[in-house]
Amino acid sequence: MPDFPLPVPLWADIPLALALLVLALWLTATRRDRAAVIGFTGYGLLAAIAWVRLGSVDVALTEAALGGGLMGLLLLTAAARLGERADQPRPAMPVRLLVGVLCLGVTLALAAVVLSLPAPAPNLVAAVAANQAATELGNPVAAVLIAFRAVDTMLESVVLALAVIVLWSFGADRAWGARPRTLDLGPPSPALMLLGRLLPPLGLIVGVHLFWTGADHPGGPFQGGAVLAAMAALLWLARLGEPPPVSDGLTRVGIVIGPLLFLLIGLAGAVIADAFLAYPEGLTKPLILLIEAAKTLSVAVALALLVAGPPELPAPAPARGETAAEPGGTV
Amino acid sequence: MTEAQIYGICGAGLVGIGLYGAILGRSALRRLLAFNLVGSGVFLIFGAIARRGGLAGGAASDPVPQALVITGLVVAFAATALAAALLIRLAAVERDEASARGKPEAAGAPSAPVAAPAKSTDPRTEQPATGQSGAGHS
Repeated sequence: MPDFPLPVPLWADIPLALALLVLALWLTATRRDRAAVIGFTGYGLLAAIAWVRLGSVDVALTEAALGGGLMGLLLLTAAARLGERADQPRPAMPVRLLVGVLCLGVTLALAAVVLSLPAPAPNLVAAVAANQAATELGNPVAAVLIAFRAVDTMLESVVLALAVIVLWSFGADRAWGARPRTLDLGPPSPALMLLGRLLPPLGLIVGVHLFWTGADHPGGPFQGGAVLAAMAALLWLARLGEPPPVSDGLTRVGIVIGPLLFLLIGLAGAVIADAFLAYPEGLTKPLILLIEAAKTLSVAVALALLVAGPPELPAPAPARGETAAEPGGTV
Repeated sequence: MTEAQIYGICGAGLVGIGLYGAILGRSALRRLLAFNLVGSGVFLIFGAIARRGGLAGGAASDPVPQALVITGLVVAFAATALAAALLIRLAAVERDEASARGKPEAAGAPSAPVAAPAKSTDPRTEQPATGQSGAGHS
């Protein structure tokens, strides 16, 4: 795992930590929803740098792709869809003070815990390193995800598939079978269309590379899938393509192929190898690659569909006064 | 001070700020943002613990917590997507109800003159009342 030594590390770490805290305070206090969402996207990117400083490049890539990229797209769309709404009435000063004191108490308790952690820090580095060779993977995080804690990873890919099903069920009954329209936000600007043409080919390469290199270097199905999903969402946002309708069979196969293949190979492991989710000797690397490829596809499809939203019928022309109501919300 | 301690304390601060925003956020979308801040703070504390363990074990960071955080980030994203979709749906339902309520009033439908005003006054009296109480306290 790479580590980036600085001459005086604290020069970087303290300002970065302060920036995260100030940004968090600002986006809690600022008045406009859209400004807060943009601030949150910047927060995700700063947090990714913090993860690099903590030596967790795998997490940093996930945070940048998910927390900075896709999450920003999702929340910006939501902010545009919701419009600036009138503030809810603020509670009385004593209530705010009480909540503030309680939250400060939580922070102080957590900080005390962080500062009083046991001195020889317990860890599983040696245990992972000792067994990593069996997985034929160079990236210890990938080995943990796909082999040592494979149950977590498999259940998590099931969670993503379930999330898409739940999201689709949010649509109105009569809209079932239609396509998602949350990203239909009026005609795209020329800049967005240009970006939608230039970025996806590069993003496709980056996404697939992240998946492939994840075996030995930071990266993996989640990071690669998130980049691929962001490219799909960009295409839909720029109106260069449309999200598939929820009745599309191929899309459904794409959602479940990752968890399904993972589960089937895991069950086969109970017979051929010695346990559920164990890989037979000699076939370990090919099976892992097969699972990861299917998982990359499923993660990409599921994340993109989560951004695209529930099925909707095309809106009749009126009732789109959100942009007009915006200046009123800033008062 | 090590970077693990710095980011650990930073994570603790983020949990506090996020908690405050989740309880007293200005709008539902802001409370959703704040909830994500809490999650981010918890992940950072976990990352600080992973850093300490990693350095003690001769690596940059302990891979097991890293894997758990990656899983957590993806699940947090899925939960946020569901919450955002619910908010959009709620706004659409409210808009439909408002327009359905507004139409008979505008048309002056004589069939239900009692029911329509009674329904429409409820939320209207609610909003000014809470607004006044908020203004009175502050």
